[in-house]
Amino acid sequence: MKEIDDLNLPDDLKYTEDHEWAKSEGDLVTVGLNDYAQDQLGEIVFVEVPEVGDTFSQGDEFGSVESVKAVSEMYIPISGEVVEVNEGLEDAPELVNQECYGGGWVIKVKPDDPLEMDKLLDKAAYLDMLKG
Amino acid sequence: MSNRPGTSGLIFKEPQLWDKSSEGRCAVSIPRTDVERSELDKKYVGDAPDLPQLSELDVVRHYTRLSQWNFGVDSGMYPLGSCTMKYNPKTNEVQAARQGFAGAHPLSGEEFSQGALKLMYYLEKYLATITGFDAVSLQPAAGAHGELAGMLVIHAYHAKKGKQRSKIIIPDTAHGTNPASATLCGYQSINIKSGEKGILEPEAVAAVMDEETAGIMITNPNTLGLFEDNLKEIAGIVHEKGGLVYGDGANMNAIMGVVKPGEIGVDVLHLNLHKTFATPHGGGGPGSGPIAVTKELEPFLPIPRIEQEIDTYKLVTDCPDTVGRLHTFYGHFGVMIKAYSYILSMGAKGLKDVSTYAVLNANYVKESLKDTMNLPYDQPCMHECVFNDENQREFHITTMDMAKRLLDYGFHPPTVYFPLVVDGAFMVEPTETESKEYIDQFIDAVKAISKEAETDPDKLKKAPYLTKVTRLDEVTAARKPCLRG
Amino acid sequence: MRYLPHTKEDIKSMLAVTGHSSVDDLFECIPEQLRTKQGMELPEALSEWDLDAHMEALASQNIACKDYKCFIGAGNYDHFIPAIIPYLISRSEFCTAYTPYQPEVSQGTLQGIYEFQTMITELLGMDIATASHYDCGTALAETALIALRKHRKANKIAISALVHPSHRQIVETYIIPAGYQMVEIPYTKEGLTDVSAIDGMDDIAGIAVQSPNFLGNIEDLSSFRAAADKKKIMFTVSFTEALAYGLLKNPGSFGADLVAGEGQSLGIAKTFGGPGLGLLAGTKKLMRNLPGRLIGKTKDTNGDNGYVLTLATREQHIRREKASSNICSNNGLNAMTAAIYLATVGKIGIREIAQQNHDKAFYLKSCLEKSEFTPVYDSSFFNEFVMKAPEGFAAKRNELIKENCMLAGLSLEQFYPDFKDHYLFCATEKVSKEDIDQLTKEVQP
Repeated sequence: MKEIDDLNLPDDLKYTEDHEWAKSEGDLVTVGLNDYAQDQLGEIVFVEVPEVGDTFSQGDEFGSVESVKAVSEMYIPISGEVVEVNEGLEDAPELVNQECYGGGWVIKVKPDDPLEMDKLLDKAAYLDMLKG
Repeated sequence: MSNRPGTSGLIFKEPQLWDKSSEGRCAVSIPRTDVERSELDKKYVGDAPDLPQLSELDVVRHYTRLSQWNFGVDSGMYPLGSCTMKYNPKTNEVQAARQGFAGAHPLSGEEFSQGALKLMYYLEKYLATITGFDAVSLQPAAGAHGELAGMLVIHAYHAKKGKQRSKIIIPDTAHGTNPASATLCGYQSINIKSGEKGILEPEAVAAVMDEETAGIMITNPNTLGLFEDNLKEIAGIVHEKGGLVYGDGANMNAIMGVVKPGEIGVDVLHLNLHKTFATPHGGGGPGSGPIAVTKELEPFLPIPRIEQEIDTYKLVTDCPDTVGRLHTFYGHFGVMIKAYSYILSMGAKGLKDVSTYAVLNANYVKESLKDTMNLPYDQPCMHECVFNDENQREFHITTMDMAKRLLDYGFHPPTVYFPLVVDGAFMVEPTETESKEYIDQFIDAVKAISKEAETDPDKLKKAPYLTKVTRLDEVTAARKPCLRG
Repeated sequence: MRYLPHTKEDIKSMLAVTGHSSVDDLFECIPEQLRTKQGMELPEALSEWDLDAHMEALASQNIACKDYKCFIGAGNYDHFIPAIIPYLISRSEFCTAYTPYQPEVSQGTLQGIYEFQTMITELLGMDIATASHYDCGTALAETALIALRKHRKANKIAISALVHPSHRQIVETYIIPAGYQMVEIPYTKEGLTDVSAIDGMDDIAGIAVQSPNFLGNIEDLSSFRAAADKKKIMFTVSFTEALAYGLLKNPGSFGADLVAGEGQSLGIAKTFGGPGLGLLAGTKKLMRNLPGRLIGKTKDTNGDNGYVLTLATREQHIRREKASSNICSNNGLNAMTAAIYLATVGKIGIREIAQQNHDKAFYLKSCLEKSEFTPVYDSSFFNEFVMKAPEGFAAKRNELIKENCMLAGLSLEQFYPDFKDHYLFCATEKVSKEDIDQLTKEVQP
C-alpha cells in the first residue's frame, strides 16, 4: 500500500473524510473515490451505483465498492440529484483503480446548494486528517 | 522435514462433464415400459434438457478423479478453526442408510413412522440434558438456520409481551451469521467491543442495554477460543432490562459435561450437529442446527413439535404462539440419525472426554507454537487458539502465504482472517480426534514454514506447489463472473 | 473410545507442555460457579454392534423398512436411485471436506458444484443457479425477500394457494418479522391458480406460482408472466418435482425472474423429508441479489482452468448485518448427488424417466376411475393428480398400508378443509403395472 506522501491528490478537487472526491464542472458536481480509497481497497471488482434520478443529502450512502473480500460504502459529498452514472464501471470496475480521477468517476450530481462544496476538505485539510 | 505427510503424486486431469459427452450414451438403466405411452398436451412439452451423455464408467471415473482433488478429514489433519473438522464415524453413515430411515416418506403418517419420531424425540431429550435446557426443536437445517429460528423465538417472545424491541447487541467476535440473522428479524445490530482480555466486559453491555434492546447474541466459548467468564453477570444485566440472551453454540464441543449454557443465563442456544456431534460437513452441508430453549420460550418453538403419549410419538402443530414453520418437513432427519448414533456411541463420559481432549489439543498447539507465531491473547484457551502473522511481517509474509504453504506439507490450513478482531488471524482448532503424532507433525510444519519465511520468502509467496492447481485468480472470477459452462 | 486417540502417555507429555497438572485443570479458567454440577442424563455408551441392533430396531418401526409401494409425493418423491450414486457420493473426499474456502485443495467440490450449477440452469432454462439451499420452501422464502427488497415500495408478496402448504408457511415465518406480508392468490375450480385475481391485488412486490402445482396440475405460466409484467413486479416459479422438467417446458422459457425448487427427486433418498435440496435460480440481472454460494470458473497462475467461490461480498461473513441472507452453508453434498444423478441419466435418460412418470400416473388415474374414484380436474398433470375417493376409503387406506405395504394417496383435507375425501395420488417410474393393477384391485369398494 502507498505511503501517505505518495498519494495522488489533485489540488483542484475537494475531499470528504470518507475518501470521496468532488469536482464542480459547470452546474454539476462529479464524484468519485480518491487515490487513498482505491489503494486501501485493493483490486476493485464491482461498483454499485445509484439510479439516475435518485436524490441524496450530503453524507448519505449512495453506493458501494467491492473488492474480492470486502465491501465499502460510498457517501455523497453534496446534496442533490444524480443526473448521470458511470456505466462503464459495470464492465470495467478496475477503472476506479487505474484512473480514479478520470475514467473511474462514479456519479454526476446536480447539487441542491453548490455552496455545500465549501464544507468539504481541500487537499491540505484532507492530508492533515489522514495523518491524524 | 522427512515425516511430513504431503507429497506429490499422480494427479489425473479431467475435463468438464459436457466435454466428455457423446451423443447416444446413457448411464442409467431405462425402466421397461409396461404401460401405454401417454402423450402430454404438446403446449406443455419442452425440449429435453441438454444434459451430458455418458456411459456408467465415464461418470464413475469423472467423480472419482474429482474427489481426488479434494482434501477431507479422512485425508489429513484439518485444523480449521471454528469449523470443528473432527473425524466423522463411519458407523453413523451405516445407521443413516438403513432402509427404514432412508426410505421413509415424510407423509407416511405417524403410525407408520414411529421409529423416526422416537429417534427425534430422544435426540431432543439428549440435546436438552447436554445443554441444560428444557425443550429442543430439531427443525433448523443448519447453524445459521438455527440462529434465525432462535432470533425468531426472541422476536415472538417480545411480541407476545406486547412491545416489540428494535435492537440487538452483538460482540465484535461474532460470526457474520449473527448480525445477518438479527437483520432478518428486523433488529438493528448494536456492535460492542470485547475487552482487553478478548472477552466481553459487563460494563460494555450495561452501557448499551436498554428497554429498546431485544437481547444479546453471545458465542461461548467465543471465536478467539476463550471462555466468556462474565456471561452470568452479562445475562443478569440483559434480563434486568427485559432482554433475552441468545447463545451461539457453535463451540459447544469445548464444554460438554463442564458447562451447561441453560444453567448460566442463556435463554436460547443453537447447536451445530455437524460440528459438535461429528456429522460430516459434506463440502458445505447439509448440516443441522437444532435450538434449545428455556421452559418460558418453549411455546414459541417452530412447528411441528414431537410429543410422547405413553409409548407412541406424534407430531403436534396446534401451538398458537409458535414462530411458524422453517422447513418443508421436519428438518434434516438424515443428519439427526448420525448425531443420535454418535451420542449413543459416546455416552456421558465419552462426550466429556471429547471436550477435554479438544481443549488439551488446542492448549498443546498454543504452547508449542507461541514462540513461532504471535499470540495476541496469551491465556488458557478452550478448543481453539488464534495466532497472527505479526512475527512474519518483517519478511513480508502474510497469514495467507503461511496457509498456502501448509498445503504442500499435507495439512489443511487453519481458518484465516477470522475473527476480525485479530489482524491476520490464523485460527487453529485441532479437535479431539487428532493424535499427538499428527499434531506434532503439524507443529513441525508451521515451524518449518516460519523458517522458510525468513530464508526463502519468495517460495512462500508462490505456494502451494503440489496441489492440482496453483493460486487462482479470484479478481477476474469476481469481475467477469463465469458461473456456468 | 475408538475415536479418541489419547494414551495415558500422550496425556502426560501434553500436560507437561501446557503446564496443567491434570486434564481437569484444563477447565480451571472457567469460573467455578459457571461449571455444571449436574451430569448429562444419557444412556450408557453402546458398542458398535449394540448400536447396530438398537438402530435396526428403531428403523424397523418405520413402514419404510419393508419394500413398500409409494403412491404419494407431495414434495417428496419415490424415484429409483442408481447404485453408482450412493457409491460415488460416499467418497470421503467429498463427504468429509468443509466448504471449499481453500480452492487449491477443493477443486473436486468446486468443479462438481460448478457442473451442478450448469446442469440446473440447463434444466430450468435460467441464467444462474446457486450452489443450493436447504429445501424448496426456504429457497422460495429467499425469492420473496429478493422481490420485496428490489421493489422497495410494496410490502406484500402474493403466493398461489396451490404452492405447497409448508412452503407458504415458511415464507410467512421468514418475512413477517421483517414487517412484510404474504397474500394468497386463490384457485379456480379447474385446480389452477386464478391469474385474474392478481390484477386487483395492491402493494405487491412479486408473485409466486408452483407448477406442477400442489394438486399436480400444470399451470399456464405465460399468463402469470403477463400479469407480473402488467404490474412491473417479480415473477417466481416454484416446483417440488424436479423431474417434471425432463418433459415440461422450463420456467425460463416463460420468462421467470426467479425459480425456487426442490431437487430431492434427483437421486436423493427420501429420508423422512430431509435433507433435500433447495434449488434457487435467477436471471443474470439478479446475479448480485441471489443469496447463497456461487462457484465461478477462473485460471490459476499457470493459466490452467480452476474454480473458486465467487461474489462472496453478497454473503454474511463479509456484509454481516447488510447481507442479502444469513445463509452460510448449502446442501452441498446433496447438490453433488443431484449433479451425479443428472450426469448419470443424461439427456436421454431424463426424458425417458420423466415420460414414464407421466405414463404410469396416467395409467393409475384411469385404473382408479374404474374403481369408483372420481377424477376432480381435467387439467394436464405430470405424475400427481387428485381423485375423490369412494366412501370407506380412509379405513381401507390404512389397511392397505398394514396388509399390503402400499401407501395409497394422501388425504388433502389436512391441507384444504374443503377437500373432504379428496386424495392426492402419485406414480413414479418405480411402480410397475402389476403394482398399479394390484392397488386398483384392492381399492374396489
